Formats: sequence, structure tokens, C-alpha cells
Amino acid sequence: MAKKVYPDAKAALEGLTFDGMIVMSGGFGLCGIPENLIIALRDSGVNGITVISNNAGVDGWGLGLLLETKQIKKMVSSYVGENKEFARQFLAGELELEFNPQGTLAERCRAGGAGIAGFYTKTGVGTLVAEGKETKVFNGETYVLETGLVADLSIVKAWKGDEEGNLIFHETARNFNPMMATAGKKCVAEVEILVPTGQLNPDAIHTPGIYVDRIVQGSFEKRIEQRTTRKRENA
Amino acid sequence: MPWSRDQLAMRAAKELRDGFYVNLGIGIPTLVANHIPPGMEVTLQSENGMLGMGPFPYDDEVDPDLINAGKQTITALPKTSYFSSADSFAMIRGGHIDLSILGAMEVSEHGDLANWMVPGKMVKGMGGAMDLVAGVKRVVVVMEHTSKEGASKLLKTCDLPLTGVRVVDLVITDLGVFEVDKKGDGPMRLIELADGVSAEEVAAKTQGAFVSALG
Repeated sequence: MAKKVYPDAKAALEGLTFDGMIVMSGGFGLCGIPENLIIALRDSGVNGITVISNNAGVDGWGLGLLLETKQIKKMVSSYVGENKEFARQFLAGELELEFNPQGTLAERCRAGGAGIAGFYTKTGVGTLVAEGKETKVFNGETYVLETGLVADLSIVKAWKGDEEGNLIFHETARNFNPMMATAGKKCVAEVEILVPTGQLNPDAIHTPGIYVDRIVQGSFEKRIEQRTTRKRENA
Repeated sequence: MPWSRDQLAMRAAKELRDGFYVNLGIGIPTLVANHIPPGMEVTLQSENGMLGMGPFPYDDEVDPDLINAGKQTITALPKTSYFSSADSFAMIRGGHIDLSILGAMEVSEHGDLANWMVPGKMVKGMGGAMDLVAGVKRVVVVMEHTSKEGASKLLKTCDLPLTGVRVVDLVITDLGVFEVDKKGDGPMRLIELADGVSAEEVAAKTQGAFVSALG
């Protein structure tokens, strides 16, 4: 079997990128983003990409890096509030944007990866989100048809992985990563800790290796958007 | 005196019940967590993938992998569980969350909610708000009664693009509390006034139809 382990993020993307492609990128805010693969995607020079990601990074980090270089043609997201360059490009008409409710976005990725072409949801009925979409009444309530999403490439970030591509996520850094891993025609995962096959507890694996084509170990900055703390009361 | 931000959060906390699973929005709703009555067990859900949200961390506990839906660093509790965004919204959309408390720009007399978009301004996105109001069993809005310009935010119909149609059960403003007949066509019912606020003042500042059910 072909080896899934690659030496670095750049090597892991080789041969997988092309202009106009659709990329899914895991993470919520800056939490659990594939930071090394985003940089490698930028450095690949690929252009005109559509990025499906809950958020759009911040200025100078995460997907903000790909906005700076104007490699992104369109974003599919639920919330993009943290990025000035994003706002500038969008208002200047340089960037397309499709808003999806967060749960609809998550389910569209899950459906795409699971071979479900479409599903009906109550979310967004009667709002701009449902305009032009088919609706159907079930048990007296109206639902709107949403479609599954598939990408040319998914880039995801996990905590631990093995040579087989099995992945374990950590805390709230899981977020969109598991569904996006299933919905890419190719999926590249970056992990903090890469172990030989057999070292992970099979009962604890969140994403089975079948979904992961390539895996790479990275080092991570893990930037924090809002560092909120409390004070210790004096003993 | 109209209710302060903290008094609004205290009033909203009265909607909590023992054993509830609750999702709190950003802003004043977040403050509700500070007013959970002692002895009451409430589990907070964070839609980025966590049940059992704890308080902010001490300085030496900050963990970049552990944030809430407002992207703030938080902590876990012994009962905490983590899950994917798909699982998170399955529990939201599937009606497993008891209560959602969130902010609003406008609410209509039949419970339509607008809280995500002002045409002509840069839109940040709806995040999880549309899913929450569509799926959670009971939706409570906490907001100022009027805009900065003094216009009523409790309207006959919303002017702004909607987050959901007939989704709001209860509105708590700085002037009082309104029950909403989201399934029928009855007027809102004013059930409570902030201390020192008169029914006349509320009537003068409310465009949507309501009847007084005080007492």
C-alpha cells in the first residue's frame, strides 16, 4: 500500500492543487485550523480557489494569509467577522461570499462525505438563506432543501494520528475537521503527534484512516483570538 | 429605572430550570451564566462542540484548543463532553437543547427574529443563530427595548432580514418582559415591568401589539 506519511506540509500537497479548485479547511475561528497546510497552500501559488470554512481566519493568520495574496475567489462560511482584509475585498467586489448557517454548513459537509445529495432542514426557512430553494412540508412544518458539499481537497488538523491516517481530535479543536475529512476527494491531515500504526486505541479514533489520503506532522503556533481569563482569589 | 445589562441577565436567569441544557448567545446572554441560582444544575452548550462549559481559565490554564462559540478561552468541567460541529448542530436542530438565550436587533409581535444583518453594512454572518432558533425548544431574547435613535425594537413586522420566522417565545427588554404567541395570532402579553417603569412608557415605546397581563 502507498505510504500516507509525508515529510512536510509542502510535500503533502504536491500534485493535489490546481487553479479554480474547491478546498475545505477545518477549524472554528483559529481553533483547530490546519495552519501548516494553509501556508503550504499559499506557497503552492494556486489561484481562484473556493474555500469552504466556517470562518475566514484573521488578518495575517489562518485563511487570512490566502486572502492577503488574493488566491481566494469565493468563501463559503457562516461567520467572517474577524478579518479586515476580508471586508475590504468583499466590499470592493473582489471576493464572492456565500453565507450558510453554521449547522447547515456542518451538515452539508457531513452529507457530502456520506453520499447524501441533499437534506431538508428547518434552519433558515422564511429567511434570505432559503430564497430560491425548494421547500417541503413534513408533519405540518416547512423545511428547506440543502445540498451536500464535496471538495477537491480537504485540509484538516487533528491532535494525534497514525501512519494509517487514523485521527484523534482534542477538545473544541475537533469542530468541522471530522466532516470535512470525509467530504474531500483528497484529504490531507496535519497532526501534532504522529505515531506508528497500532499505538492509538481503536475505540478512541474519531476519524478512521480510510478518509485520510496523506498525513503530516507539524509544529503549531495555535494563536488565540480572545484570551479571556479570571483572577485567582487570594487564599 | 430600566434594567441594567446585569439586571437583564438576572431576569433571563429566571428562565433556567434544574437539569436544563442551555445555549447562551454572545453579549448580555453570556452574563446569564453568572446568575445560575445556587443548587441548580444547568449544563451550558457551546455550538463549536462542547457540553458542560466551565468558567474562564486562570492565567496559567489558558488552552488554545478550548474555546467557546465567541472564540474566548474557557475551561472544562468534570461532566464535559466534546463533539464535532455536525453532532453539535444535530443536538441543536434535533430539539435536544432546552433553552437558547440570545440577543436581537428586532423582534416582531409574532416572534419573528432579526439579529444577523443590516443591509448596506458589512455583514459578518449568522453563525449558528438560525440553527439555534429553528431547533431549540424555547427561545428567549434579551435586548434593549429601543434602538439608539429611540425607535421600538418590538415591531409589528421586522424591517431587517430575518434570522427565523415565529421562533421567539419570550422577550426580556430593559423595560419589561413579553410573552409571544408564536403559534397563533394573538398579541404579545406584557407580564412584567422593570422597577419604576410604567405601562404607559412601555406602550409609548412599543410598536408591536401587546396586551397587559400584569398582576
